[in-house]
Amino acid sequence: MRRSGPIRDMIFGLGVFVLLALLYVLVDDAFVHDIIIKTCIFSIFALSLNLLIGYLGLVAFGHAAFFAAGAYVFGLFMQSEYVGPDSAWAIPFGVLLAMVGSAVLAAAIGAICIRAKAIYFSFLTLAFQMILYSAILAAVPITGGDQGLMGGFPKPVFLGIDLAEASHMYMFCAALAIIAALIMRQVVESPFGYVLRMLRDNPDRAAFLGLKVKLYQWITFVLAGTLASLAGVLQSLLDIGAFPEWAFWAKSAEPLFMILLGGMQTFLGPVLGAFIFEVLNAVVTAHTRYYGLVLGAVILFFALGLRRGLGDYIWQLVSDRREASGRADA
Amino acid sequence: MLRLENVAKAFGGVIATDDVSLAFAPGSLSAIIGPNGAGKTTIFNLISGKLRPDSGRILFDGENIAGLDETEIVRRGIGRAFQVASIFPSLTVEESLMAAVQSHRRQTLRMAERFRHSNARQRAGEIIDMTGLGAVARDLSANLSHGDQKLLDIALALALEPRLLLLDEPTAGMGPEERWQMIERVRALWQAEHMTLVFIEHDMDIVFEIAQSIRVLCYGAVLAEGTAEEIRANPDVIEAYLGAPAEDAEVAP
Repeated sequence: MRRSGPIRDMIFGLGVFVLLALLYVLVDDAFVHDIIIKTCIFSIFALSLNLLIGYLGLVAFGHAAFFAAGAYVFGLFMQSEYVGPDSAWAIPFGVLLAMVGSAVLAAAIGAICIRAKAIYFSFLTLAFQMILYSAILAAVPITGGDQGLMGGFPKPVFLGIDLAEASHMYMFCAALAIIAALIMRQVVESPFGYVLRMLRDNPDRAAFLGLKVKLYQWITFVLAGTLASLAGVLQSLLDIGAFPEWAFWAKSAEPLFMILLGGMQTFLGPVLGAFIFEVLNAVVTAHTRYYGLVLGAVILFFALGLRRGLGDYIWQLVSDRREASGRADA
Repeated sequence: MLRLENVAKAFGGVIATDDVSLAFAPGSLSAIIGPNGAGKTTIFNLISGKLRPDSGRILFDGENIAGLDETEIVRRGIGRAFQVASIFPSLTVEESLMAAVQSHRRQTLRMAERFRHSNARQRAGEIIDMTGLGAVARDLSANLSHGDQKLLDIALALALEPRLLLLDEPTAGMGPEERWQMIERVRALWQAEHMTLVFIEHDMDIVFEIAQSIRVLCYGAVLAEGTAEEIRANPDVIEAYLGAPAEDAEVAP
């Protein structure tokens, strides 16, 4: 039982994929499919941010920089002269290119940001994001400035996957979100992942155990940025472009809200948060313009009522019950 | 094994350590005593790399370690525990010690294996037995009693298999009975692990009972050195410390 950790997680991931596929077949409603696709994309985004916030204890305010970087690198590559309608290698290579490019960016930004402590770290990440935002707006010939990457791009079929097909896009997003989640799950349950918890709890003590605090923080920052770029790539595929708002600071607030809604102590909390966020977004905007008011009220309910995200709340209930029944058995 | 040569440290205009020279023999059990503000913890901070000295040398096995950062000094074999237990509240005792063992074995960059399956569990179990934390091994560190948190702090240092262990007031904040239990445990660990141990202590009875040699600090300088008998009889010490109106040994946790 104890030895089966990674295998159990993979079976769980496979189960989720089958359920999502069934949902697609059984519920033939573009509105529902759209919510699931966006939940998948933002699950990657929010989970990657939670590596920093929930596990490492570093509140990054500029995480959307890497979301946008992934989207722009991917979009620009797909619009480039190298990619034609029959370039079967283009999408896999583009995904890889976007992630490597964002990793390099995260390595540079992270190396500077982790020198600062606490709130100054947060401000620095925000500052770098706004620099990227300004650069995207200014580089009109490349990025299209405030118009974004217009004109679309081809989606060549690869390995029998045609992302122009709605069903293929849905399965592709679901599969990548599950794979990304499994990777992150493995990282936080590894010896490396326990170092992150130690650095969150007590970095000074960790240093006296021989752990190079900044090295671990930097690696995690790069990893989180790289995975966030994958979310940006999927968003770019969905919208067939890339837009400067994705690099604006408000975009960084979205995964933060999701983490608050879903909970940061439970691994899947941010996924639940992403789902709540997207459902609220879809349902509320259909009825009223006052979306921010409703979102704010819901967050207040979680913050003041439950005092934690929904995922953490449920997990607490489950473990309390388990403990109670354990006591009854004894 | 450890030798401080003319080490000095000032914070602004305040002299915390004033030209201190000390030596600790391999395998010895020594105490550092002195009134509040005498610079005892500063000495530990200088040795362990939390502070860098303004001048002087700190030789460990003949190598000058002054100015190295704490991770490098830990790797050379100097462990420490803190006056206020410094632990990881959200980890259990066993998890904390497994992670410390993994750090010692340099396994903490591994991302592809599972923490729970690590072979560090066995060694962590040995340390738990050694320190008597067995009853609380699965408890969150945050929920431990004060005494157990102090023990866990020491256990974390032991996981690194230090050759020199620095304990900053291992009995701070404990009642009389608990103090003696703690100090007996410390002595037993020192004997079992064949390490050099230096501890800071307020309680004179404890110091005179177990320390082979004692250093008395006062205003950042070494006032006296010697065995319990020598320190008891030293007129400077009697005047500066022992003779003073009984200083409250209790330090609030």
